[in-house]
Amino acid sequence: MSPSEVRPNSAPSSSIALSVNGRERALEVDNRASLLDTLRERLDLTGTKKGCDHGQCGACTVLVAGRRVNSCLTLAVAVEGDEIVTVEGLSDGDRLHPVQQAFLERDGFQCGYCTPGQICSTVGLLAEAKKGWPSHATADVSHVCGPEGVTLDENEVRERLSGNLCRCGAYANMVPAVLDAQAAERR
Amino acid sequence: MKPFGYERPVDLAAAVTLLAERPDARVLAGGTNLVDLMRLGVERPGLLIDVNRLGMDGIEPMAGGGIRIGAGVRNSDLAGDIGVRTAFPLLAEAVLAGASGQLRNMASVGGNLLQRTRCLYFADTSKPCNKREPGSGCSALAGSSRELAVLGASESCIATFPGDMAVALSALGARVEFQTERGEHVVDIDDFYRDPGDHPELDTTLPPGAIITAVHVPGLPVSARSTYRKARDRRSFAFGLVTVAAALEVDDGIVQGVRLALGGVAHRPWRARRAEAELVGRPVAVAAIERAIDAELSEARPTPENAFKVPLVRRLVTGTLLRLAAEDGR
Ligand SMILES: Cc1cc2nc3c(=O)[nH]c(=O)nc-3n(C[C@H](O)[C@H](O)[C@H](O)COP(=O)(O)OP(=O)(O)OC[C@H]3O[C@@H](n4cnc5c(N)ncnc54)[C@H](O)[C@@H]3O)c2cc1C
Ligand code: FES
Ligand code: FES
Repeated sequence: MSPSEVRPNSAPSSSIALSVNGRERALEVDNRASLLDTLRERLDLTGTKKGCDHGQCGACTVLVAGRRVNSCLTLAVAVEGDEIVTVEGLSDGDRLHPVQQAFLERDGFQCGYCTPGQICSTVGLLAEAKKGWPSHATADVSHVCGPEGVTLDENEVRERLSGNLCRCGAYANMVPAVLDAQAAERR
Repeated sequence: MKPFGYERPVDLAAAVTLLAERPDARVLAGGTNLVDLMRLGVERPGLLIDVNRLGMDGIEPMAGGGIRIGAGVRNSDLAGDIGVRTAFPLLAEAVLAGASGQLRNMASVGGNLLQRTRCLYFADTSKPCNKREPGSGCSALAGSSRELAVLGASESCIATFPGDMAVALSALGARVEFQTERGEHVVDIDDFYRDPGDHPELDTTLPPGAIITAVHVPGLPVSARSTYRKARDRRSFAFGLVTVAAALEVDDGIVQGVRLALGGVAHRPWRARRAEAELVGRPVAVAAIERAIDAELSEARPTPENAFKVPLVRRLVTGTLLRLAAEDGR
């Protein structure tokens, strides 16, 4: 195809500004690039992991506009202008985020590969519980809870964290970590 | 993945015009199905038209107690909406039974309606599949069909529609609103989905160049007592083998009104109209329910691998209706 035939909207790459962990980053990205690959390969933020690249494992979970998403199925070009937070952006300097602290205290991991995704997913699910959102484990979806939101129990945590797989099977210690994190958030 | 252009039109009219101009374009919503299929080589668009910032993300009341759900509403926001949870519990439950917390935050209502089958052969570009490559043949007929259709299938395709939300919308008799260059259209969900017939490449009747703008859910008294049940291989984060969306109104042990739709059994969400007609005026009892289900399943044509779905439908529907009736008595 001669250059004159290339329509502007057919350009295979885009110049975008991404806001990651509070920093603006200007980038030229291939439109095909996932947010996951962009974080890892272009921005050197390798905390976020790739397990399946198909939305099936949760290892790539990050927060976009405060909501947990799978960065492997997110195109970088489509999240231009959104606030993106990765596991590297959770702590306050040397002070761990309460969810990180809870995973550490409860030993909520073994090899650690799934852990950044589990932690970001937990930050997201705690915000969802606070909004009063029910889950598949909630007995009555029409129940309206108080201003504190949904008080999680073991069943609720297992359901809400089911989008994050752990090959080591460290779930048993993650569940109390999530419950601790909700308790800490409410103190 | 093939290189592609990316456009984020500023309004719906611009998006519709661009889509009409570019037959090689695809609409991008949450991307949870489209990006996955592009990575697998099943979808190969030359242009993505991002509809995520067109403001189609409201849930508004409609006359008669119904609601209009914007096509851009995220699955998680839909299931979290207190109006939806109280008036249409089956819809909130169906959404919550699907995918994961992360995926529901990304997935839109429009994209959820148009998600493609999970038939293994559709996703595998090295195998024949009439849905992906018309005329190439159906690998599932003599292949792996455990998850596939028992009702309404054809010689050319036995794929199932895999979604949950649309099964609840089918029970509710929802309508799909969409925009083309010729204006706005609204179609009943029954006429939106289709049987595969000789054209399994078409999942729906949505015309080329259309952008879904909303779903209309009518206000129905019966939907206040409703539920969604999903039988699957693991307790969470798995597609359904058989699912049931049901709403029931009982007076003095007799069915006054009932809505029933099945998922995981056909190329479309399967509104069980025969069973509904059989049930009205009958007592809520195992024998009457089973007779109604058997009428619905009389034309079931399972494969040896998915024959288990027939008794599973019977048990799941019976259990679901008995439970709803018991709640009615409380
Ligand atoms: C691991 C995994 C597990 C899942 N489990 C379940 C499950 O248990 N139950 C379930 O129901 N679903 C499940 N899903 C599927 C998920 O619900 C769908 O992928 C999602 O709803 C699609 O919505 P989206 O906005 O991401 O669509 P996209 O991927 O953006 O689009 C899907 C299709 O719809 C078209 N489209 C999107 N919006 C519009 C519009 N407004 N107008 C016209 N065309 C449009 C696109 O062009 C594309 O063809 C799962 C997905 C994954 C990856
Ligand atoms: S890498 Fe994204 S879900 Fe597995
Ligand atoms: S700790 Fe090893 S995969 Fe989860």
